[in-house]
Amino acid sequence: MTGLRYVYAVCRPFGAALQSQLRGVAGDPPRLLNHHGLIAVVSHVPETDFSEEALRARLEDLDWLAATARAHQQVIDALTVVTTPLPLRMATVFRDDSGVRVMIEEREDDFRRTLDRLEGRVEWGVKVYVEADPESAAQPAQPARRAASGRDYLRQRRMQTRAHEDRWARAEELAARLHETLSSRADDTRLHAPQNPALSGAAGRNVLNAAYLVRRDVSEEFVEMVDRAKDDVPGIRVELTGPWAAYSFAGEETAREEDTGTREKGVGPPEEDAGEGT
Amino acid sequence: MTIVERREIALVDLLDRLLAGGVVITGDITLRIADVDLVRIDLNALISSVNAQVPSPWRELT
Repeated sequence: MTGLRYVYAVCRPFGAALQSQLRGVAGDPPRLLNHHGLIAVVSHVPETDFSEEALRARLEDLDWLAATARAHQQVIDALTVVTTPLPLRMATVFRDDSGVRVMIEEREDDFRRTLDRLEGRVEWGVKVYVEADPESAAQPAQPARRAASGRDYLRQRRMQTRAHEDRWARAEELAARLHETLSSRADDTRLHAPQNPALSGAAGRNVLNAAYLVRRDVSEEFVEMVDRAKDDVPGIRVELTGPWAAYSFAGEETAREEDTGTREKGVGPPEEDAGEGT
Repeated sequence: MTIVERREIALVDLLDRLLAGGVVITGDITLRIADVDLVRIDLNALISSVNAQVPSPWRELT
């Protein structure tokens, strides 16, 4: 069978076998391609879906994208059970095995360095939401009681606004405190851009969307810390996802090529692209 | 390891990582990051339209 090569991750050789029923993005079982002492986890994908042109069109198809993302994640999950994989960005595709080998040769120093940094660690995602205020959500713009005068009305509005601001201030305080506490147990952290509620479908507004790189042997403690924060403040929801492979920590300098959304929190020095052109 | 919540991973969390995280390698089939960002924008519209049938309980209050 020909076809293209889809690469999920690079890792160090590991003893265990992958589950035999594991299937990759196009239903093909992932194989281990050993080269220069590193393993690329690869499966065959058809050119009809994964050539450049086809892929661009396919990625716009939400059902296809979702199925592919879940299949990709399944392989990464299976790898995470047996080793610490360095996950590649979704849809990294090569013509053939020799293309994959060349890629390993070109990047092997990077890979080893990053694999060392990630060794024995997983990523946890923590999001903090401010829940919709039940009262004002029920009656968005109306004052609670009939306003006797314009001044009353304005005062009631002001009180409502203040209640929202309080909630916000509490949420931001909690988020900052939680981030600080969790960071103390993490080897690295990333602040992602808050998720758009329309995109996530999650209730409430996302005020913290952070990723933490945590040693496996500290993870239980880390999860308990998040768990404890959950009931701290009413109206504020804390969500935990993971353990993930270290997707958010796979790049050497994330500020450079990762999603620019994270920059709004002021991560990373802005100097890089500054002084060009004269 | 204790796993507190083992729900199916939300697509948005998954895509946050798969499309924005991971090592970026120029493969033989190259979708540049810029292309993927474009996809994300379209995706935004797509998912919003899907979710429009199930409105979020949160209303913009500003």
